[in-house]
Amino acid sequence: MSAAPVHLAGERLMLDPEGGLFWPARRVLAVADLHLEKGSAAAVRGSLLPPWDTRATLDRLAGLLRRYRPERVVALGDSFHDDRGAQRLLAADQARLAAMTASFRFVWVRGNHDPSPPEGVGGESCAEFRLDGLCFRHEAKPGPALGELCGHHHPKAAIPTGGTVVSRPCFVFDHRRLMLPALGAYTGGLDIRDHAIASLFPRGGRVFLLGRQRLFSFAFAASRPAPAPA
Amino acid sequence: MFPAVKLPDGFVNWLAHRGWALRPHQARVLAAAGQGRNVLLIAPTGGGKTLAGFLPSLVELQARGRGGLHTLYVSPLKALAADIARNLVAPVSEIGLDIAIETRTGDTSAERRRRQREAPPDILLTTPESLAVLVAGADAPSMFAGLRRVVIDEVHALAGTKRGDQLALCLARLSVLAPDSRRIGLSATIAHRDAIAAYVAPDARPDGVALVEATGGAAPEIGMILPDGRLPWAGHMGLFSAPDILARIRDARTTIVFVNTRAQAELLFQELWKLNTDTLPIAIHHGSLEMEQRLRVEAAMAEGKLRAVVATSSLDLGIDWGGVDQVLQVGAPKGVSRLLQRVGRANHRMDEPSRAILVPANRFEVLECEAAILGVAANELDGDPPRPGGLDVLAQHLLGLACSAPFLPDDVFAEIRRAAPYAALTRRDFDDVLGFVENGGYALAAYDRYRKLFRDSEGRVHVMNERVARQHRMNIGTIVEEPLLKVRYRGGALLGEVEEYFANMLTPGDTFMFAGRLLRFLRLRETVLEVADGGTGEPKVPAYAGGRMPLTTNLADRVRRMLSDPGTWGAFPEPVREWLALQRGVSRLPGPHDLLVETFPRGDRFYLVAYCFEGRNAHQTLGMLLTRRMERAGFQPLGFVATDYVLGIWSARPPHDIAALFDQDMLGDDLEAWMAESSMLRRTFRNVAVISGLIERQHPGAEKTRRQVLVNSDLIYDVLRRHQPDHILLRATRADAAGGLTDVARIALMLARAKGRVRHMALSRVSPLAVPVLLEIGRESVRNGEGDDALLAEAEAALVAEATGEADPPPFIQTDRPKPARDRRQGRLLV
Repeated sequence: MSAAPVHLAGERLMLDPEGGLFWPARRVLAVADLHLEKGSAAAVRGSLLPPWDTRATLDRLAGLLRRYRPERVVALGDSFHDDRGAQRLLAADQARLAAMTASFRFVWVRGNHDPSPPEGVGGESCAEFRLDGLCFRHEAKPGPALGELCGHHHPKAAIPTGGTVVSRPCFVFDHRRLMLPALGAYTGGLDIRDHAIASLFPRGGRVFLLGRQRLFSFAFAASRPAPAPA
Repeated sequence: MFPAVKLPDGFVNWLAHRGWALRPHQARVLAAAGQGRNVLLIAPTGGGKTLAGFLPSLVELQARGRGGLHTLYVSPLKALAADIARNLVAPVSEIGLDIAIETRTGDTSAERRRRQREAPPDILLTTPESLAVLVAGADAPSMFAGLRRVVIDEVHALAGTKRGDQLALCLARLSVLAPDSRRIGLSATIAHRDAIAAYVAPDARPDGVALVEATGGAAPEIGMILPDGRLPWAGHMGLFSAPDILARIRDARTTIVFVNTRAQAELLFQELWKLNTDTLPIAIHHGSLEMEQRLRVEAAMAEGKLRAVVATSSLDLGIDWGGVDQVLQVGAPKGVSRLLQRVGRANHRMDEPSRAILVPANRFEVLECEAAILGVAANELDGDPPRPGGLDVLAQHLLGLACSAPFLPDDVFAEIRRAAPYAALTRRDFDDVLGFVENGGYALAAYDRYRKLFRDSEGRVHVMNERVARQHRMNIGTIVEEPLLKVRYRGGALLGEVEEYFANMLTPGDTFMFAGRLLRFLRLRETVLEVADGGTGEPKVPAYAGGRMPLTTNLADRVRRMLSDPGTWGAFPEPVREWLALQRGVSRLPGPHDLLVETFPRGDRFYLVAYCFEGRNAHQTLGMLLTRRMERAGFQPLGFVATDYVLGIWSARPPHDIAALFDQDMLGDDLEAWMAESSMLRRTFRNVAVISGLIERQHPGAEKTRRQVLVNSDLIYDVLRRHQPDHILLRATRADAAGGLTDVARIALMLARAKGRVRHMALSRVSPLAVPVLLEIGRESVRNGEGDDALLAEAEAALVAEATGEADPPPFIQTDRPKPARDRRQGRLLV
């Protein structure tokens, strides 16, 4: 696994092929959109999905913690799929998460799926988190923002290659703003060409697609307005 | 065989009035049914099958009079049910019978459905899906208590499919609700008649079923046309034959031009219209066109307003158009049974021969067409026997049974084993499927409070609540729509659907061919491609997954035998004979029992071409396995390409030890790993997940809100595979894939046969027989999970080369495209 460095607001950040971000200077690990207990949220509605999504997501998180040994973990919101998610955690998952928050300083940035602080899992909760020149928030604030790290949109990119199209979750970056891919095991993606994402990167930038061993980097051009609606 | 039954006077008079007589097979069906037997009638199209199927019912109904549901007719096609209803009404009124005949399909209004439940007609015509809804109703026992006859049309097209599985399960239930009911199956001529008879039998045993076969019938006349002058080396579209095809259309009254893929239909249709200076009315028909459009074409065809329709398998089955007097098959016929089915669409009268003409698109297809003509003459029917019933369908059915009434698992297990597709169902699989429906069946007991079924103190299984039953009714059916995008004129009519990958490749202003039109892509809104007429530049053509049928084993064997025996070459046109003779001179011909493998250098690459003749799907699997093995041997394979006949692989280093490469142990080491990652298995899992009720079906209209709660089935697959690899749904997926992967069995047989008989020809350059497959390179793309990383790396490297001035800019992502569809499989979250 090799991480790729980028510079945002003068800070050097490492992008991890698993979808996390590490800030070596302050030993901060950032992850976005864990959507823990999305599986049980579906079960409540009658779709009995395999109940291991939380475990799978925590496995990924644990891998990142082992690799970077951060001082602080910032979860960029939508950490739980809904406000009752933390209460639905299975005992084993709950204990595992509690052990993580006991060993590392966890900051739960609140998201639209989890507007209230999670109960019984430790860590602190805030609407957004600032450190030095960087601001960690769930949803990007429209307009130019220097040093913003965000999640929310679950970006993915589709690359035409070899007669087909390969689509993967990705980081989106333009030297001012960095959007992280979703880390949750059951989280889907939104194409970066979607207006919701493209409008946040009006001058274009780079995408970093997640791969098995490394990231794959591509430039994307500035967005032009779509043809006028009918 | 059966004592003759005297037809009531009213029927005799009606026949006499029409100038008809009862055909022998119709009389035998009537006799066998009169004895209380279950019957399988095998007859070609135009054999008066439908009347034969209904005669016993009509005779009994004349005696009985009105009095609730007597006969249930099930057809795979809604249109067929409606057509049969129309065709029955005439004789019924002419004979003077007082019989209520109604249809019930997805199109039937809610009001009418309610009325049908309260006061069922004497004869109800329906589809497997609508029957499943009836069987899941709480009033099923009273509705079906008086049922006497079930007529199953086109059994051959249902047995072995998931729709057929669902129907078989419903029939087993009907036999419990109405033990006195009897079945009549109607089938086209088929290879595996015992399996079809077992399907019709109420106890899954073929020997109890009275088999009636319509004999006689004129043999079809099948010819071949070759283009003037040249005979292409490769390609499958057959566009160069368009002038000949148009000439044939002009000479006949009504023609169906069958092709093999939807893309081919679009291309050939355009090509024909370029030449159609007489503006003959020629239409197009395929499965991705909007239903309205298809119905319009079918209606125009029925009224005799069309001279030709270019069609895919969407017209293989369907209502009888008396006027069709010619069938053309453009491109490889793929199998004898399939060809016969298509040929039978012409001239629906048994005593006159059907006329058909084959139009091969390349040299290998000339061989295949000749083999198919010989196969038809020898009546050598082919096709795979029906595979065992899907466990996902069983899951859906068990929930439906519980919704209808509480049941004892032991009773239901016995009932289900009487359905032929499930005759070999193990108790373990049954219990696991029931466990899945109950609470997910996960090793982690996480979902007890969300269970869908509960058991009472006597062990009876009940549905948990009305909400579960309601959800189930929304999910009934075994047809899973691909995640497709609609194509619509801006502010106008819907034209049909394309796959998402295709939309991803379009830029505004691009031209593409669809629905027989040249369309300009304007933009994508949500899940709709907005288009306008016209456009310039080279048009793109949408392709669809799973659109291509592989060559059958029988036909492949015939082709192989003809190749190896120059004595048979007289039937081939001159260019083909020259081509084969040249091959014999510079290399050798593939023998009937050996495996010819050629290797040769070309440019800075080394090519390996294996003449396996096992069909494209099998060759793709083999290509995947062989490249892995060549990788380990250090040959640095770079890619491969598969046709129905041949596999070609190219590598950076010359391969050696060829015989060892094809060793049988290949199937052991890598197959499992590759299979689990393959997109085919993921697609299969998605279908299993929807049919079994694990993930909700998408309903049109409700998509926008629903999308927010759906979870991508690929993600579920990954999680489940890791944490409970033996979960019943994964077992169901592997079983389905193995059924679709008869190609793995074909590879196994081929490797066993080739053992000690690999004929390796080390050549200095490409052989004549290898040219066609090399021409396919670049037209075919092969992908699997792992290969995607390599493809991304390639795309990335190409961009680096461009940046450093080493290459021309290749196309890459542009953000000025309108927004693409959100991945519907993926289900966007609430954001």
